[in-house]
Amino acid sequence: MKYTPHTDADRAAMLAAIGVESNDDLFNDVPEAYRFPTLDLPQGMSEVTARRHFERMATRNATLSTHPSFLGAGAYYHYTPAVVPHLLFRGELYTAYTPYQAEVAQGTLQIIYEFQTLMAELTGMDVANASMYDGSTAVAEAALMAVRQSRGKRNKLVISRGLHPEYRKVLDTYNHGIDIDEHYVDLDAVSGLTPLAAVEAALDDKTAAVIVQYPNFYGNIEDLRAIGDAAHAAGALLCVSADPIAITMLQSPGELGADIVTGEGQSLGIPVWYGGPYVGFFATSQKLLRQMPGRICGRTVDTEGRTGYVLTLQAREQHIRRDKATSNICTNEALVATAVTMYMTAVGKQGLLQVANLCYQRSHYLIDQLSALEGYERLHEAPFFREAALRTPRPAAELNRYLWEEHGIIGGYDLGRVDPALDHAWLLTATEMNSREEIDRLVDAVRAFA
Amino acid sequence: MDTGTYGFVVEEGLIFDRSEPGRSGVEFPRMDVPETELPTALRRQATLDLPEVSELEMVRHFTRLSQKNFAIDIGFYPLGSCTMKYNPKVNDAIANLAGFQDLHPYQDEATVQGILQLMWELQEWLAEIAGLPGVTLQPSAGAHGELTGALIIRAYHESKGRPRKTILVPDSAHGTNPATAAMVGYDTKEIPTDPSGNADLDALRTLMNEDVAGLMITNPSTLGVFEENIVEIAEIIHEAGGLVYMDGANMNAMVGVARPGDLGMDILHYNLHKTFTVPHGGGGPGAGATAVTAELAPFLPVPVVARREDGSFYHDFDRPQSIGRVRAFYGNVNNMIRAFVYMRVLGAEGLVDMSRTAVLNANYLKEQLRDSYYLPYDRVCKHEVILTAKHQKEATGVRTLDIAKRLLDYGIHAPTVYFPLTVEECMLIEPTETESKRSLDRFVAVMQKIAHEAVEEAALVKGAPHNAPVTRLDEAQAARSPDLRWRAS
Repeated sequence: MKYTPHTDADRAAMLAAIGVESNDDLFNDVPEAYRFPTLDLPQGMSEVTARRHFERMATRNATLSTHPSFLGAGAYYHYTPAVVPHLLFRGELYTAYTPYQAEVAQGTLQIIYEFQTLMAELTGMDVANASMYDGSTAVAEAALMAVRQSRGKRNKLVISRGLHPEYRKVLDTYNHGIDIDEHYVDLDAVSGLTPLAAVEAALDDKTAAVIVQYPNFYGNIEDLRAIGDAAHAAGALLCVSADPIAITMLQSPGELGADIVTGEGQSLGIPVWYGGPYVGFFATSQKLLRQMPGRICGRTVDTEGRTGYVLTLQAREQHIRRDKATSNICTNEALVATAVTMYMTAVGKQGLLQVANLCYQRSHYLIDQLSALEGYERLHEAPFFREAALRTPRPAAELNRYLWEEHGIIGGYDLGRVDPALDHAWLLTATEMNSREEIDRLVDAVRAFA
Repeated sequence: MDTGTYGFVVEEGLIFDRSEPGRSGVEFPRMDVPETELPTALRRQATLDLPEVSELEMVRHFTRLSQKNFAIDIGFYPLGSCTMKYNPKVNDAIANLAGFQDLHPYQDEATVQGILQLMWELQEWLAEIAGLPGVTLQPSAGAHGELTGALIIRAYHESKGRPRKTILVPDSAHGTNPATAAMVGYDTKEIPTDPSGNADLDALRTLMNEDVAGLMITNPSTLGVFEENIVEIAEIIHEAGGLVYMDGANMNAMVGVARPGDLGMDILHYNLHKTFTVPHGGGGPGAGATAVTAELAPFLPVPVVARREDGSFYHDFDRPQSIGRVRAFYGNVNNMIRAFVYMRVLGAEGLVDMSRTAVLNANYLKEQLRDSYYLPYDRVCKHEVILTAKHQKEATGVRTLDIAKRLLDYGIHAPTVYFPLTVEECMLIEPTETESKRSLDRFVAVMQKIAHEAVEEAALVKGAPHNAPVTRLDEAQAARSPDLRWRAS
């Protein structure tokens, strides 16, 4: 049988050693009435057949590599240098597990240490962990941590509606059933930013944290400093969900006073993969370190004084602390964190700044060109980084359908999905993958859709 | 007998040590649009100390680091409860097809019918194997599946008018079980294990009442044995209106052996990265698909993949009783592809053979090693077996940790050690079905040799590893003065 290597002789010898007649005798402890049910599933496939079968299935998907796309909204199409998957697929990294035996996992551990360094540096924070599942669960864990560190004194969260709508839904799910009070703040309709006055009005001595996305879901660059100052004045933390590409050029959340910075690491060279696996990053201050969820790697020495790396501060974690742990997370996104570390190393500081600048400039060109068309204008006034919302004369869903059917272009994100009142609004992005020619093609196609 | 995996030991500093300001590895396209200035007030002022190395230096750095790792592709990895089986390469070849890779999660459903079909079929297969018709693919890992399950338990009881207060867990449970229960606001109470290794039924009866929301149980248990009273356990819980959550960490012994739904389980999470060969990647990403009874299906996270009468597939968001989302988008889709390719290649017969062989291998090791190590539960095991260093500790003070480290010297990864917490000096050994008899025999020989060394050369074992890139690391110092990142000096 595929992947089980025993010959008949092997099996016979093993069964004799165990002292049973047949393999099935090893299952006499399973209730007989339910033992070995017939599974209503097809028989197996040869490797050749499987490849053909799935290759055919894959052709039923239209890909970003063959169609121009201006979709972002939390998942961005970037270039991954060939060297990244080449190294990532090395079996030594790919088929290892959690580094429980540090002496033979120094490769994985040192890469985690480098990942933590990169995330702390990027966010402008003191420390970062080894990864969370994705950007949404990272922000949910940040909220739980903010409440936890208040030691029972604060259980309210002031959450900006500029936070990704799906992240908000995840927050709602995580906070359901435990004693956490969520207070949502609407964006200012004109600026598209979280209004400071509304945040201040919501803050009280029960507030554990203000949660903001930077730039926000609509692409606008929030004034973190002002929001953070207000939060701190009320004794609350500032939790920021940040775009890692944007903050290479924008003031880092750390500079602006953030206490916990999380985010989605996908745009650091990870394929869009229809939504996952991605990687959540999680960074905080030295002061809050011991409240952090998830695995953390630390540098130490071996018995001969040589540098080495270990998982550390494990007394926070579920396998030690059980129901008192900071989180239930065990398996994380180590391999994706490894890919991010490789990507950031491959492109380096200069490459990353080039990518960020290409995103900034091309998005601005895209939005400028579209805004020049009759009936199209920016939905908000605030400065944006790599993504912006446009008001459209026809429903965004219709525009997307037209672009796909007539031009083979995957359009933008239909904001009607978030709020039916925004069905004439469209969220678009451009990255280093969208050439000027591609952007011009989109603009020409939209112009023709009168 | 070979003496280790590492013929030479590689020294490799941090990537930051190789960095030179101004060096760049990859070139991006030239700017082709008019440039606008980012306002100065918005510009980053903080330093940005990121690596600046050539591509070759990068390749050497990560290649050299990889050589400091042990992995399945290098040798035997009997890490109990983690199911470190061979990860077939065809899974990756298919998962990496552009037609699966370059898909944006917000593309129109009409343009992604292939991946939606794959996800729908995977749901169907997982439902059939579990004997539980409702499936969500959204959870990112096992613990995330547990969280999903615990939230469903809560939502179910709320729909009956009262969320209840407590979740029961056996004392041998994974730490994630009580940690998960706490995350959704439940207290946990522990059920002791009886001398034969089953959950103590009398204790369960005493603890079960109408304040108990449910039981989280692993089957086969973390003691490596089948929970023989599982049907009765489910009845006790159900009689008092509770639900039974099965932690599927050990499904590698169960596929086609018994369907959890048939045994009375209400909720089951799979670890697609254990049972269905998604590579573990140094600690993740996993995929924690979760299956539930028809009664609980309305509470599953949104969206789930559904099929229309015309055969087209879509994300079903119209689920008013849903617990909501447990993450953005639809789950670790790229890992779902790997798992499903594996399932399709094996098919019904191959999947049962997988579990049969996993159990055969573990029982073979148990019989071969029972004279060298203490066997606390002397009965047929499932896909893993517990042995302990009781004899060795009594004789010369050699502990399980020492044996684990000594195994590394022989090019074999250690078993899971000191888990479950209820068994002293515990080694949880899971060989998996993909190991040959020759590989198992070598492990037996090495374990016997170490048992002998523990008596004759205890210091050698206590000082292990001797043939790894580093010797034992100072964990106390790491925790006392945490050094968690590099900084430019």
